[in-house]
Amino acid sequence: MSANKWLIGLSLLSGVVCAAEPDAQRQKELVHLVRQDCGSCHGMTLKGGLGPALLPENLRDKPAEGLAATVYHGRPGTAMPPWKQFMSEAEAAWIVDKLMTKFPE
Amino acid sequence: MRLLLSCLFALFLNACATPQLRGTGDLGLIIERATGHVTLVNTSTRQPYARIAGLGDLSHASAVYTRDGRYAFIFGRDGGLTKIDLLEARIVKRVIQSGNAIGGSISQDGRIVVAQNYTPGGIKAFDAETLELLSEVPAEYAPGQFSKVVGLADTAGNKFAYALFEGGEIRITDFSDPKAPKTQRFPAGLQPYDGLVTPDGRYFMAGLFGEDGIALLDLWQPEKGARKILEKYGRGEEKLPVFKMPHLRGWSVAQGKAYLPAIGRHEVLVVDVATWKEVGRIPVRGQPVFVMARPDGRQIWVNFAFPDNGKVDVIDTLAGQVVHRMEPGKGILHMEFAPRGENVWLSARDDNKVVIYNTETFAKLGEIAADNPSGIFFTSRAARIGF
Repeated sequence: MSANKWLIGLSLLSGVVCAAEPDAQRQKELVHLVRQDCGSCHGMTLKGGLGPALLPENLRDKPAEGLAATVYHGRPGTAMPPWKQFMSEAEAAWIVDKLMTKFPE
Repeated sequence: MRLLLSCLFALFLNACATPQLRGTGDLGLIIERATGHVTLVNTSTRQPYARIAGLGDLSHASAVYTRDGRYAFIFGRDGGLTKIDLLEARIVKRVIQSGNAIGGSISQDGRIVVAQNYTPGGIKAFDAETLELLSEVPAEYAPGQFSKVVGLADTAGNKFAYALFEGGEIRITDFSDPKAPKTQRFPAGLQPYDGLVTPDGRYFMAGLFGEDGIALLDLWQPEKGARKILEKYGRGEEKLPVFKMPHLRGWSVAQGKAYLPAIGRHEVLVVDVATWKEVGRIPVRGQPVFVMARPDGRQIWVNFAFPDNGKVDVIDTLAGQVVHRMEPGKGILHMEFAPRGENVWLSARDDNKVVIYNTETFAKLGEIAADNPSGIFFTSRAARIGF
């Protein structure tokens, strides 16, 4: 097996493990939360407001784990609060993954 | 017979040609944030009468009125500035004036509309008649560094007061000569998040997010500089998370006291406006967002940040405590009182409606369908300083 295939196999496996993907109903709730409530500061269209823009081009160079930690734990010294009482860490990671690609309407 | 017919015909023509006269004092508008619509409403009949499309991204949109109440200027999040005619129910003019805007204000004489922008940070002045750009003042607080502008409010003499979020300062820009504005700067404190001008037009206050306290500037003697009031109201206690920034405006002053949202505490702070000393705190059911006095000052209505945004608490200013708690709908984003306060309109974003309550009996009077409603703005704002 070539190294490439190993990598593909690994990423597929990690896909299975990480993608404890929220079910359809929960996804809908999370999308609503992001657009409406995160949107208070980041804008409903995620183009930014008092908080920074969250479009794929704004997040491209940032590590996903760091972004997920910011969502989950907040960022002390800034206006970003922790959202951990409203979601799991896996859900925060799912939100970041969607923000970095294309966030659902 | 022929003569009679032609007379009738002439009468008919005449009736058609004469438009029905109408005042604007009981009109208003509801922002429908997700779809770029505004619904025009009548506060006497408590009914909508028209709907206008094509206003762009209206999340966090706000509106100000010409002094005759006929035209509204709507500031959209996408930097759109739209002038609408409430009588003809149409857009008069629309310009995209920035990349990311947060609101605006209109001058004392009604001739200059000023928009406050996040990107690029600064304010821009427009001719209220034509929306022609007159001048702009970038919010540059250090060489090459621009701040988001918050809390813009009109004050006497075509001056506007506002604060810089990153810059930590209060500014007054004088547009007496609209093409050559003059700006004064005052250090204010860490991260001002919004501001207000007291109803008499004398004081500008900027709420601080980065520290406990409020910056206060006497606009009659600005040379004395901004000072802090309610300093350290949290007394070092750990703050609760703030899931939405509170909003300030002159509506929070009632009966000689200012009722202000605490930051990171589920309390309304009460300040005596003669001494600017804290005279009380009123526990409420969440992080306050809007703390709005009924026009007569007897009641203060409070809504809350997520996750408590389905609740509303009503404070009786005589009793100094919450006397009524309600859950009028899902996602209560904004409230607006009828001009003399006999009822209040609340937008329930997630219920897609505006609900109307009697403020004396708390009985529900009706509701109006609206698509994700947010701000509600009545023409009675036209005559108020600092709106």
